[in-house]
Amino acid sequence: MQVKEYKPLIVAFCCNWCSYAGADLAGNNRLSYPADVKIIRVPCSCRVNPMFVLRAFQRGADGVIICGCHPGDCHYTSGNYYTRRRMALLFSMLDYLGIERDRTRLEWVSAAEGAKFAATMNDFVEKVTALGENKRLEDLRCKK
Amino acid sequence: MQKITRDQLIEKAASLLGNGTVSCVLGWEKGEFDYDVTPALFETESELREKFVFGDFCGANLSKYLVSKTRKCEGRILVFLKPCDTYSFNQLLTEHRFDREKAYVVGIPCEGMADIERVKELCGDGISSVTADGDELVVTTLYDDEPVRVKAESVLAERCVNCKSKKHVAYDELIGEDGEVLSSARFDEVARLEAMTPDERFAFWQNELSKCIRCNACRNVCPACTCERCVFDNPSSGVENKAAANSFEEKMFHIIRAFHVAGRCTDCGECSRVCPQNIPLHLLNRKFIKDIDDFYGEYQAGAEVGSRAPLVNYTFDDLEPGEVFERGGQDA
Repeated sequence: MQVKEYKPLIVAFCCNWCSYAGADLAGNNRLSYPADVKIIRVPCSCRVNPMFVLRAFQRGADGVIICGCHPGDCHYTSGNYYTRRRMALLFSMLDYLGIERDRTRLEWVSAAEGAKFAATMNDFVEKVTALGENKRLEDLRCKK
Repeated sequence: MQKITRDQLIEKAASLLGNGTVSCVLGWEKGEFDYDVTPALFETESELREKFVFGDFCGANLSKYLVSKTRKCEGRILVFLKPCDTYSFNQLLTEHRFDREKAYVVGIPCEGMADIERVKELCGDGISSVTADGDELVVTTLYDDEPVRVKAESVLAERCVNCKSKKHVAYDELIGEDGEVLSSARFDEVARLEAMTPDERFAFWQNELSKCIRCNACRNVCPACTCERCVFDNPSSGVENKAAANSFEEKMFHIIRAFHVAGRCTDCGECSRVCPQNIPLHLLNRKFIKDIDDFYGEYQAGAEVGSRAPLVNYTFDDLEPGEVFERGGQDA
C-alpha cells in the first residue's frame, strides 16, 4: 500500500501593505515556497483577532503564521504594536494549554523582503511538517 | 467568621434609606440553602430586615449588578463591596459602564469567604444548614444526628487563601478598618503548571475543560464581561453551545473568554466560584495576569480608575512572541 505523503495545511495572515506585497515579490523573483501555505490577506496584522487563529486550527490548519509590517512601519502607525502584545499573550496561552509552540508564529516581513518571505515560509512549513497533524486543537465536526 | 454582622449592615442601610441618600440597596439574600446566597436588590427597610443576609457565603461580587441596576433604579444605589470587589468596581468605572454618581459604596471588611465544596469535602453531602459560631462553622447534614464543627479557616475559598488585597480601592463610606495590599502566592499554581511538560499540561487541561457543560455561568458572572452582545451568543460561531463529541469548542470558549478579559481581569475569582463543574478557571486568567506582569510590567486592573489596560497600550520595545518562548519552560 502506498502511504500518502503528509502535507501540512498552513494559514498565513498577511498584512496588505507589507507582507502581502512581500509574497508578491517572492513570486516575481521566482522564489519558491511550499504550496501548503494558504495566504489570507488582511488590512493590517492588527485585524487578526485571536479567534481567527483558533478558527483556523478548528477548520484543520496545522500551523498559523501572522505576517505584518516591521514595528514602526505600520501603514496605520501602530497596528502591529498591538498585534505583538496580543499574539505574545495568545501564543503563550496556547503553550500553557499544551499546544506545540512551533504551530504558531509572528513574523515581520516588509514589501521589499521577498526572499525573507520565502525563507520564513519554507522554515515554518518544515517545522510544522515535523510536528505532524494538528491533533490538539482540531474539531472533529470540521473533518471531512 | 466575619467581623461585622448582618445587623450592622442593616442599620447602615436603613439609615441611608431613611435619610434619602439612597433609594435602594444591593446586597445578598438567602437562596434555597444557607450556602447558596444570591445577590438581591432591596427597596425598603422591612424587606432588608426580612431577607438580607451577611456571612461566610456572601462571596458574590456585587459590582457587576450595578451596570443593569443603575439603569433601572431611580436615585442612588447603596452597594456593599468587599475589598476585592472594589477593584472590579474601579475597572467598570474605567470602562464607563455606569455612572459613579449613581452608586453609593459602603466598603466592608472581609475575613475570607467559605467555599461550600470544601465544606462538603469535610462534612459530606446533604448539608441542611451552615451557621457561623466564633471562628467555627456549625454544619448539620441530613445523615448525621450531631452537627459537625469545622474551622472557618480550613474551608476558605482558594481565592481567599491567596487573597491579593484587604484594602478598599473605592468607597464612599467604610465600615470597620481598611486593610493592606497583600503579597499572595496566587501565581504558584500557574508556575507549577508552566513547569510541567506540554503533554502533562495538555492532559491537565483536557481533563479539566472536558468537564465543562457550557452553562456560561463563568461568563455571566464575570464583572469584566459586560458586553451586551457576546461572540458566544452567535449561532454561526460554531461554539455557541456544547458540542456532542468534541473538545475543541470548550478550549476555544475558555481561551477566548479568558483572552477577552485579559488585562481587565481583576482576579476576583468569581468564575471559579460559580463553576458547577469546579474547573479552576482562575488559572487561565492568572496566566494572562502573570504574563502581563512579566512582559509589560506589573499591572493590577482596577487599582486606579482610568489606567490604561496593557492590551490597549504598547511600547516600542515590547517582547516579540518568539522571545517569550526563549524565556524558558518546556516545549513538546
